[in-house]
Amino acid sequence: MTASAEPDSRVTTVVCRLTDIEVEGGVAALVVGEAVAVFRTYDDHVFALSNYDPCSRASVLARGIVGTRDVDGTQVPFVASPMHKQAFDLRTGQCLDDAAVQVPTYDVRVGDDGMVLVGGRTSSS
Amino acid sequence: MSPKTRKTLVVAGHGMVGHRFVQAAIERGLTETYDVIVVGEESRAAYDRVALTSFFEVGADELSLLPGGQYDDPRVRLVLDTAVEGFDPETRTVLLAGGEVISYDELVLATGASPFVPPVPGHDLPGCFVYRTIDDLEAIREAAAGARVGVVIGGGLLGLEAANALAQLGLETHVVEMAPRLMAVQVDAAGGATLARHIEKLGLKVHTGAMTSEVVEKDGRVGALALKDEEPIPAEVVVFSAGIRPRDTLAREAGLDLAERGGVLVDERCRTSDPHVWAIGECAAPGGRMYGLVAPGYAMAEVVVDALLGGPGEFTGADMSTKLKLLGVDVASFGDAHATTVGALELVFADAVAGHYKKLVVLENEAGDGTVLIGGVLVGDASAYGVLRPMVASGIELPANPEDLILPASRGVPEIGLPDEAVVCSCNNVTKATILEHVSREETPCTDATCVTKCSGAGSTCGSCKAGVKKIVEDHFASVGKVVDRSLCEHFPLTRQELFDVIAVHGYTRFDDVVEGHGRGRGCDICKPTVASILASQLNGHVLDAAARTLQDTNDAYLANIQRNGTYSVVPRIPGGEITPEKLIVIGEVARDFDLYTKITGGQRIDLFGSRMEQLPQIWQRLVDAGFESGHAYGKSLRTVKSCVGSTWCRYGVQDSVGLAIALELRYRGLRSPHKLKGGVSGCARECAEARSKDFGVIATEKGWNLFVAGNGGAAPVHARLLAGDLDTETLVRYLDRFLMYYIRTADRLQRTAPWVDSLEGGLERVREVVVDDVLGLGSELEAAMASHVEGYFDEWAATLEDPDKLARFVSFVNAPDTPDPHITFREERDQAVPGDSAGPVSLGASIPVGAPQ
Repeated sequence: MTASAEPDSRVTTVVCRLTDIEVEGGVAALVVGEAVAVFRTYDDHVFALSNYDPCSRASVLARGIVGTRDVDGTQVPFVASPMHKQAFDLRTGQCLDDAAVQVPTYDVRVGDDGMVLVGGRTSSS
Repeated sequence: MSPKTRKTLVVAGHGMVGHRFVQAAIERGLTETYDVIVVGEESRAAYDRVALTSFFEVGADELSLLPGGQYDDPRVRLVLDTAVEGFDPETRTVLLAGGEVISYDELVLATGASPFVPPVPGHDLPGCFVYRTIDDLEAIREAAAGARVGVVIGGGLLGLEAANALAQLGLETHVVEMAPRLMAVQVDAAGGATLARHIEKLGLKVHTGAMTSEVVEKDGRVGALALKDEEPIPAEVVVFSAGIRPRDTLAREAGLDLAERGGVLVDERCRTSDPHVWAIGECAAPGGRMYGLVAPGYAMAEVVVDALLGGPGEFTGADMSTKLKLLGVDVASFGDAHATTVGALELVFADAVAGHYKKLVVLENEAGDGTVLIGGVLVGDASAYGVLRPMVASGIELPANPEDLILPASRGVPEIGLPDEAVVCSCNNVTKATILEHVSREETPCTDATCVTKCSGAGSTCGSCKAGVKKIVEDHFASVGKVVDRSLCEHFPLTRQELFDVIAVHGYTRFDDVVEGHGRGRGCDICKPTVASILASQLNGHVLDAAARTLQDTNDAYLANIQRNGTYSVVPRIPGGEITPEKLIVIGEVARDFDLYTKITGGQRIDLFGSRMEQLPQIWQRLVDAGFESGHAYGKSLRTVKSCVGSTWCRYGVQDSVGLAIALELRYRGLRSPHKLKGGVSGCARECAEARSKDFGVIATEKGWNLFVAGNGGAAPVHARLLAGDLDTETLVRYLDRFLMYYIRTADRLQRTAPWVDSLEGGLERVREVVVDDVLGLGSELEAAMASHVEGYFDEWAATLEDPDKLARFVSFVNAPDTPDPHITFREERDQAVPGDSAGPVSLGASIPVGAPQ
């Protein structure tokens, strides 16, 4: 039930319970002063991206619709920006509609007590 | 003296044919050598006279053939509002009203025809009209405002169009025809009788074999119409539509040859007896015969352009086939409709109950081993016209059972392969081969029938061949194995309509079941809101219920409209735009207390901008406490029903438009649909509510309401069209219930009502059949679905405020609900707060205390 195989030691901020995030929904959390969107997919994986949508220049990604997109035969979990619907790969932050756009991702996991923990950025783009 | 290099061509007349001539002259390069001066007598540039009756519905702009008012080619000069007074073939000069004299090298007469007014006593009284120009129609409309009864003299094609217009204007309408049947030129006795039955069913009174003896005066105006051997008809409006006469006066005064029965005599090149004067359209008589239809006129225009370019074109007679819809009744006549050819046989199918009359005129072929079609008459159902008329022109052999061609469609229309040279659109002379060229050309081929119509002109004039064009295009794509993909998205190989039916049939209530049963993957931002909308239409649940919450699009997800900086706008419902001072004050106070930017919307309500997401519940608590409810400005759902002030206050109003608008807005509030829905109600024909720019528009008449549907503003504005007239309120609501539910069930995602109607086979007529005539027997089911919506309605915002589970989502940060989103900033503009610019992601640093939930 974790996004990354190895729990990251930098994971520090307890954000909420897993059950506080709707299945295929997202929440915005404040992690060391930064707005982070935390998503829960259908198979109970959690992912964390910067909440800031660089396309619309607004902090809104947590409010987008979560689904999957077929990319070369792989079902890629993504969130569609609620502003103009650009899709972002939940695993990498890569914008699926514009190769030049990527949002930062964060370490995230679910602890044994069912709490969601968010750590530092895993990418700096 | 330098030689004159450019020549001058004058066109007298700017009607449909004159316009077509100029268009062809530009397209085919005649303007490379000629300066063209077109002189039109009317104040308007050429407009579509064939569709004249729709003027009341669509207005003059819609009918215009030259919306910009001038031609793109600078070598064409258009002079309007100016009659040609005369011309002199000796000096080759034209004299215009106002005194201008123009020298010409070539002159084209396109002066058209004028209505024939029989010289009965009283024919020139105030209240007598003809039916030819937009000015005529405007005058008729004005006279009808104070009248009760109107009579049309003449039961031909135009006469019935005029009767349609009078009926639309709310008059008790009579049609007086001297011949023993209606449309004597086009249809036979049985067809005319079927037509008359249809028309009488619509409330019009038909008097055939009736001779007008006098228009009777009363107080200096028309008071009645006296008939020979019949009771006089009391009437305030009389419209003469007893045929047309070619306007050949200019040619006569210039000494040119005329045809025996009128019209400028021209040869097969459309040249008059003077070699530099040509005549085209209704004023011309090629070989002594005049043609009162637009298609032959267009053909003549092309012939003259061709002749002036040195081409070989000739006018050798014309297809006089017609198909039109008169008062909602299909009438078509083609080829030798009266079976005058020696040896012609008639094949008749008549269904008195359905009101269908169909006749084929056939002839044994030369070899004597089969039959060919040479003509026919269709009344009540002319769907076979598109197949039959080209068969006449091409002379292909009929199938063994030709009656299959005219039997009701339920038996299936047999596949008849048209030859490539068959003319599909006779108005614009477009063959099947030309249509196929457009869909199969190398560069940017047309991908659908709409594009073919745009590129080739096929179906752009009278529209009667549109179904045929579509069939040819679809057959072509089917034959090359191209399947038009109508899938909603990668997750569902279904259209929205199919998805709607699947969900209804299986009784699904959750997206998971739908996608597992009929889709793949986990959905996306296209199919999830679509399923959410369908579930909302079928179940009337709350859009923020657990099963539906994560399916909702941006705005539905927070019951507010997201703005560019991530804040939301709030729009309380103000039904019909009517609001008390107390409620206005509440809106003002809320806006002031939360520092919201306020603006009046186009839908007669007030939009409050700049609410942070976490403020929405507090703002709505204040509004709900004051008696407001959600305005659904965020939903693909009914927005507003706009109204004018109506008969309560307005001295012109004839009905209570505000009362009806409020009732309709309250009835349909919260109704989820494929796209947003807007309505309007006007209290009189002045239409101050702009109801015809709405998905449904209601306009008051003396007797009730006229219901218009499928209009919209926006990027591609469309005027709503009349669905039914003079309805009482109960019938109006019933039709609206059916119309809206039919739309919700069958439209594509994000398809507004206007393109939806256009996408239906049969268009508005199909909607009328389903909604008014109830041919599918769906009426009560659609009404029941709407009744269930009305009964199940609740205010989404009030329900949200009562539910802690739904409210829990309205926080800035799940772990720091008291910290506002630092990305949201404001600046001031004209004394109000507006979004500040974003400089990128903002970090508050680690100083802000955050905590895990308890």
